Amino acid sequence: MSCMTGAQTRCLRNAPSVLSFAAVGGRFEGEGPLRDYFDELSEDHFFGEKTWEKGESAMQRRALFHALEKAALRERDLDLIFAGDLLNQCTGSSFALRGSRIPFYGVYGACSTMGESLSLAAIMVDGGYAERAAALTSSHFCTAERQYRMPVPYGSQRTPTAQWTATGSGCCILSREGEGPYLTHVTAGRIVDKGVTDANNMGAAMAPAAYDTLCALFRDTQTVPEDYDLIVTGDLGKLGHRIVADFFARDGISLGERFTDCGLLLYDIDAQDMHCGGSGCGCSASVFCGYLLRGMREGRWQRIIFAPTGALLSPTSTFQGESIPGICHALVLSSRKEG
Amino acid sequence: MDYLNAFLCGGILCAIGQLLIDRTPLTPARILTGYVVCGVFLTALGIYEPIVRWGGAGATVPLLGFGYSLARGVEKAVREQGWLGVMTGGLSATAGGIAAAVVFAVLMALLFKPGDKR
Repeated sequence: MSCMTGAQTRCLRNAPSVLSFAAVGGRFEGEGPLRDYFDELSEDHFFGEKTWEKGESAMQRRALFHALEKAALRERDLDLIFAGDLLNQCTGSSFALRGSRIPFYGVYGACSTMGESLSLAAIMVDGGYAERAAALTSSHFCTAERQYRMPVPYGSQRTPTAQWTATGSGCCILSREGEGPYLTHVTAGRIVDKGVTDANNMGAAMAPAAYDTLCALFRDTQTVPEDYDLIVTGDLGKLGHRIVADFFARDGISLGERFTDCGLLLYDIDAQDMHCGGSGCGCSASVFCGYLLRGMREGRWQRIIFAPTGALLSPTSTFQGESIPGICHALVLSSRKEG
Repeated sequence: MDYLNAFLCGGILCAIGQLLIDRTPLTPARILTGYVVCGVFLTALGIYEPIVRWGGAGATVPLLGFGYSLARGVEKAVREQGWLGVMTGGLSATAGGIAAAVVFAVLMALLFKPGDKR
């Protein structure tokens, strides 16, 4: 019996449950409108460590710690962990977890990593290959600036289309049984590249991928946007969000107020001077593992689409004038256990 | 009057740079090197000299001024030592600035710990 519905979507027959979740953020996240949804906010962006990179790993460990603690679990209760970040060779995650004994898969999907890791964890749990699995990702403003642009002390100016890499980490633990919300469908994204080369305008580069994946999800599940209370993309920011809304409007579909974006939710964009909004895999991870999941548990939404987006570029590809491939992975979460 | 001219000259050059950041996909690093190269060409064409006479420090302090010093150094060295000056003149003329940048960078790195944006 196939678990595939349509070309890209997997139907999770056992609908794994979110068992526990936690979000950790930095100072700017603590000044934003979602501050109350974080489990921990650090004024110190070094998180007590000597370098920002070590700080990012420490932040990931904090997110995992909080998620485990909230469900009264220990590390050994996890059968698997999928983790990722934005640093070269994924060191943020592997260094964060090198002291742990949890079987580990490192994944990279740029800012879509929370979608990727959560999808894989959900499929593993759904298929019975793990009783409990965790998805954990992070990004850190200072390490990402060094990785993709210029070291922060260089003091380069940000362009109007630039987005702000969130300093944040989110951890979500899935289990075969639980109180929900439940993951019912996973849509694997395809790489979409429309030829955008401006690395300071990733919202525009990722928007076509978000449109592609959302269309696939609606087509595969035979649903329409009205079937969902909330459709949240990863970190398209102001510009990318508008592009996706325009794409759907061109098809005669109005996404309306239910369509929003983690990059728009995390900060008070104007007051905090965030230009186009937040980005980074810590952005969608911390919004999801705080605001969105808590909102679902509190009954604010019954059924949502969470669709983190990623720009699959590297500094070298940018220097060589390559365009930016985008990706978007989507998940459907429901407060009812539907197969 | 010198102060006003310097202010206007430097201000205009920086405003052009700001427009390039805001309105074009050029990265700050490219604008930086572009400014230096422009300074060299404008000096070679004899356009920058009058700007320096009018704008003073407003023209020599921005990055274009670094290009201006490079070009002037080459010009001088060629006059004194012949064509070898094409290779030696630029860096000789700007050695003070480059050495100062290195020395102060080391000093600052020793004195301060990097912080993030506030």
